[in-house]
Amino acid sequence: MSEATEIHPGEVHIGDVDEVAETAYAPKAEPPVTRFWREFRQSPVAVLGLAVVVVITLAAVFAPFITPQNPYDLAQLSILEGRLPPMSQSMDGMTYWLGTDDQGRDMLSAIIYGLRISLGIGAMSTFIAVLIGGSLGLLAAYYGGRIESLIMRVVDLQLSFPAILVALILLAVLGRGVDKVLIALVIVQWAYYARTIRGQALVERRKEYIEAARCLALSDRRIVFRHLLPNCLPPVIVVGTVQVANAIALEATLSFLGVGVPITEPSLGLLISNGYGYMLSGDYWISFFPGIALVIAVVSLNLVGDQLRDVLNPRLQR
Amino acid sequence: MLVYVIRRLSQSLVVVAVMAALVFVGVYAIGNPIDMMVSPDATPAEMQAAMERLGLDEPLWKQFFVFIGNMLQGDMGTSFVHNEPALELILQRLPATMELAACAMLIATLVGVPLGVIAGLRSEGPTGKTIMAGSIFGFSLPNFWQGLMLIMLFAVILGWLPAGGRGETAPLFGVQISFLTVDGLTHLLLPAINVALYKTALVIRLARAGTREVMMMDYVKFARAKGLHPRRVILVHMLKNILIPVVTVLGLELGNVIAFAVVTETVFAWPGMGKLLIDSIVNLDRPVVVAYLMLTVLVFILINFLVDLAYSALDPRVRLTESKG
Repeated sequence: MSEATEIHPGEVHIGDVDEVAETAYAPKAEPPVTRFWREFRQSPVAVLGLAVVVVITLAAVFAPFITPQNPYDLAQLSILEGRLPPMSQSMDGMTYWLGTDDQGRDMLSAIIYGLRISLGIGAMSTFIAVLIGGSLGLLAAYYGGRIESLIMRVVDLQLSFPAILVALILLAVLGRGVDKVLIALVIVQWAYYARTIRGQALVERRKEYIEAARCLALSDRRIVFRHLLPNCLPPVIVVGTVQVANAIALEATLSFLGVGVPITEPSLGLLISNGYGYMLSGDYWISFFPGIALVIAVVSLNLVGDQLRDVLNPRLQR
Repeated sequence: MLVYVIRRLSQSLVVVAVMAALVFVGVYAIGNPIDMMVSPDATPAEMQAAMERLGLDEPLWKQFFVFIGNMLQGDMGTSFVHNEPALELILQRLPATMELAACAMLIATLVGVPLGVIAGLRSEGPTGKTIMAGSIFGFSLPNFWQGLMLIMLFAVILGWLPAGGRGETAPLFGVQISFLTVDGLTHLLLPAINVALYKTALVIRLARAGTREVMMMDYVKFARAKGLHPRRVILVHMLKNILIPVVTVLGLELGNVIAFAVVTETVFAWPGMGKLLIDSIVNLDRPVVVAYLMLTVLVFILINFLVDLAYSALDPRVRLTESKG
């Protein structure tokens, strides 16, 4: 079994002969994507999570084509059909699978549109935060000295306060609005990426390939962007996936508290907040189903993130 | 030890100064301070009077010292809505929030530590795996949604507990406390569980990791080899070392509990500081927002300071490395 000693001990499961054989006799030059997918699908729960993420993303992107009704076209709403329980029939024969809200809006359509806003804000804010935080982290690690200690002091200071508090204060100053929520979420998140990428870059910087690149007299810019950056990305991808989930949950919380998105652009959090008053009188569905949608989105993103962490970080492999 | 305390204290003071400057910039330089400090429906004459009273016609650096001076004297402006000093208003709500936070911490520790130790001792068995799977839910589900589900289950469907409010209170050292009356306790239970859920998940993880680490230590092996009863090994020899990280993180989390109480207090209409903050943001009652911000910053810095002190007392290695560096 000389081949078996070459593979990572974490991948060998006693009694799992197929597994060992597959790993041991896999061709040496296996493309990274194939290897990644083989390791990723070892957790069926994570694959399920990934499937859910893909489905809800598609639903959010194509919302206008798949929803039974445009929930914000007032001409399509009938206030007479307000607060109907799930599975009721509308007057023109449509079924309200998840019931209607107080204005006669189909909850299923409202949820898919809400998902669109929630996912959009979550993904967008994470993307911008990765760009800003990543650049600053990389800058800090590569140049060191004063720049580094300044950036990292700010990161430490910000991370000593809980995200929700920072976001609340920012929104108290800025006011309500999708753009303002986006700004608040970016400011809340950038520090995580700055810290993550700096930590990774400090490790990578000392490796031989960077030294080799320096010996070839490549420019600073080329070394940072073509050599250092790609090798710092895996942990950022992991933190990013989980952070999209956190950003969605935080946005929902802020909107639920009434300081997030405006009523013209209801995300899942605002839908839950709108239905909250009716919940106490027993009309649970107006608040309950948007909540379920939120939980499904957040949990499935977390599952994918957890598995990504296990696959991309060899030190954490069990 | 004294050197360490002085070093940490001076670091904290720097952070306080930085935060005060940031708040000043946010309120006075970026926003229009007149909008922040005077009610939006004031007449131009009233605005002019307020500008002079607040010294807004003075240069910015002078204003900064006035702002700091007022703050040091505990003057953080007057609420437009309640027409009371903002600081007093917040301090009135403080006991309710503290009570909630304390109960949540108690629940998190009493439930989390035993579950975490069990999960650590049986990390490969079904019990350990079930506990860990449960803790994932505590982490990933949004706090306000957990609160809504608690209300739906226990207040609406089962009708066992009230859905919101603080209930009857009884005085303790001049402070009104819900803890002492049956009605107050029933009102306290759901919000406290809501705040505690996330912390419990955290404590379970910490205690589990601690247990697994400590189990491998030589002194535990020795205690076992000596033939001590497993209960004694766990409760006396292991627990002390498991508790070090738990105490630190829980101390740091006390600040987080106060921040996250904003959410729980709004869901359960609990009349604490957090609900006051949300009401003030919605009503544009900015002096209260500013006062809340400064107070929370102070509390956070104080907590960080105390936790570091407690930690260095528990684990002298921290103190030694810090004072050398």
